[in-house]
Amino acid sequence: MTPSPAERGLRESATFDRATIAGIRHAAATGVYDIRGWGAKRAVPHFDDLLFLGASMSRYPLEGYRERCDTDVVLGSRNAKYPLHLDTPVTIAGMSFGALSGQAKEALGRGASEVGTSTTTGDGGMTAEERGQSKTLVYQYLPSRYGMNPTDLRKADAIEVVLGQGAKPGGGGMLLGQKISDRVAGMRTLPAGIDQRSACRHPDWTGPDDLAIKILELREITDWEKPVYVKVGATRTYYDVKLAVAAGADVVVVDGMQGGTAATQDVFIEHVGIPTLAAIPQAVQALQELGLHRHGVQLIASGGIRTGADVAKAMALGADAVAIGTAALIALGDNSPEYAAEYEALGSAAGFYDDFQDGRDPAGITTQDPELAARLDPVRAGKQLANYLRVLTMEAQTIARACGKSHVRHLEPEDLVALTIEAAAMARVPLAGTEWIPGNTKRSGAGPSTGRNTHA
Amino acid sequence: MDPLTEAITVDLATQPVRALNAELHSPSSKAYEVLAPAGAHAVAAGIDSGISVDVRGHVGYYAAGMNDGGVVTIHGNAGTGVAENMMSGTVRVTGDASQSAGATAHGGLLVIDGSASMRCGISMKGVDIVVGGSVGPMSGFMAQAGRMVVCCDAGDGLGDSIYEARLYVRGAVGALGADCVEKPMRDEHRAELAELLAAAGLEHDVTEFRRYGSARRLYHFHSEQAGSY
Ligand SMILES: Cc1cc2nc3c(=O)[nH]c(=O)nc-3n(C[C@H](O)[C@H](O)[C@H](O)COP(=O)(O)O)c2cc1C
Repeated sequence: MTPSPAERGLRESATFDRATIAGIRHAAATGVYDIRGWGAKRAVPHFDDLLFLGASMSRYPLEGYRERCDTDVVLGSRNAKYPLHLDTPVTIAGMSFGALSGQAKEALGRGASEVGTSTTTGDGGMTAEERGQSKTLVYQYLPSRYGMNPTDLRKADAIEVVLGQGAKPGGGGMLLGQKISDRVAGMRTLPAGIDQRSACRHPDWTGPDDLAIKILELREITDWEKPVYVKVGATRTYYDVKLAVAAGADVVVVDGMQGGTAATQDVFIEHVGIPTLAAIPQAVQALQELGLHRHGVQLIASGGIRTGADVAKAMALGADAVAIGTAALIALGDNSPEYAAEYEALGSAAGFYDDFQDGRDPAGITTQDPELAARLDPVRAGKQLANYLRVLTMEAQTIARACGKSHVRHLEPEDLVALTIEAAAMARVPLAGTEWIPGNTKRSGAGPSTGRNTHA
Repeated sequence: MDPLTEAITVDLATQPVRALNAELHSPSSKAYEVLAPAGAHAVAAGIDSGISVDVRGHVGYYAAGMNDGGVVTIHGNAGTGVAENMMSGTVRVTGDASQSAGATAHGGLLVIDGSASMRCGISMKGVDIVVGGSVGPMSGFMAQAGRMVVCCDAGDGLGDSIYEARLYVRGAVGALGADCVEKPMRDEHRAELAELLAAAGLEHDVTEFRRYGSARRLYHFHSEQAGSY
């Protein structure tokens, strides 16, 4: 065998690594920028950089499996006649029919309903499959308003006004022609086969004062029955959360930069927004200052949630619930080694496949091709998702019990330490083994302070 | 008189909008008259039956929002987003309308006797809009389907990034938006225009109008057109 470049003593450039070189070559060859799915692939400070301080002398742990540790959550109690009651704080994030096959949407509904949590529509309207299979369905209200209609609005259990997404704060949706099947085109009122770009701003309101009136209208149309969420991509999160609450949001969804997407420019995915870890404390601070944290307005965090530890850490930092996208797709069978040969044939590999925009997903999830989509059995995939959601919930409970909490929501920043200075500064918890929270000096005047949050 | 046809009067000087809308969503009459709207928002939003509503005065944002079947007449001016996302029915504004009139509406007929401000018919998805006066800049932005008739002038950026909607303008048009072009008026266009004007109760010579629509050059991404996106 020929020795690898490294074995031959060749040194790879850290600046011009292989992915970078491939990107330049692709741009030069095609003249188009890379559009892809998945989320940011670069490493950023994340939940892995936090650890829990389990109970010992100064804290009592709870007995695993014997002593109760609850996981239920109520969302949207501030104004709605019918707030949502979920059994687990792990919800399914908005992913559009169009980006996903009808079978995948059905599987998400089945899996979520089995464990008592919610699913969310996406940019493209509500399908009968997902409404039928989702016990609790959140209906997204997006700038494009594709498929938006009052009948579906009334069928929804909650309404999520989407201002942005972590993968592309400030950007609109895209769905490339390969995925605009006749059904998708019909639902979106577009010609089949075109490359669709959705607007990045709402067509009939522009700022937070207008949003307040828009939320009022949505409440009036639905007779004040349904919780109204506002979803933002994480950027100026402290201010955005304050403005969302002022506009009347019952629930604020903050999606960090690692958050998944169906199709976005790579440059956008990797370079715009702040990590989930940095966003949650800003959101919590905003809610605390308004006196609404854990009393009135709920916070849902998303972007890179993979394990029960991530769930527990997000909640310890102050989220009331989390939402998952990419991990849910993987649980359904996305990137499965079962299709390794087919991923290779597409120029990718199982575990690396991110061409969700392309519509040729061998696993039948991010496609509108009827033959590929038929590969996904919604019942089996739904079971897998339910299994995975149970694991996430039990893992979060395991950690909560170890920290002596009888509800996962009782986890708090005081239970956490950070492994790196960056994570300590962003999450506002001390570097492990020290009392040091970088930047923990109260600033006077307006703006986010960097003081440590405690859930008073 | 039949209680179902006798108009019920709701005075917004004494009743909240919320009570009005709750009544309109489970109507006990077929006709309503709304007094003293005083610029209130979301007046008559979410109607889902064929009732008629006459609003006497000016309304704020999103009047008759998401109307589905109702016949709503606003005897005055309307704020932002009148008849936004209408599905079916008719909404008429006897005065002027602010921004984003008929935004994203899927069906029905919106008539504005006066003029409409910016972004009239933005992202329209099948509605018919007839404006007796002029429309402001960026009207018909990303208009997907439906027809818009403007009896006077249209501001700059008309039909920017338009899809399959058809726009008819009688007066002057500012700079056209990206991918919007003038198209020939054929018999079928004159016929549909005559129908729309008749439906709106307006009289104009259809030969005075010009038609605009999509050049369909932005339907597929090409980097050479980067400047247009
Ligand atoms: C295939 C796919 C489609 C998505 N579609 C939408 C959408 O229509 N609307 C939206 O607000 N977010 C959309 N998102 C983002 C998710 O709602 C969520 O914010 C994100 O996936 C969370 O991050 P995670 O994937 O790391 O869990 C999509 C994500 C994926 C992976």
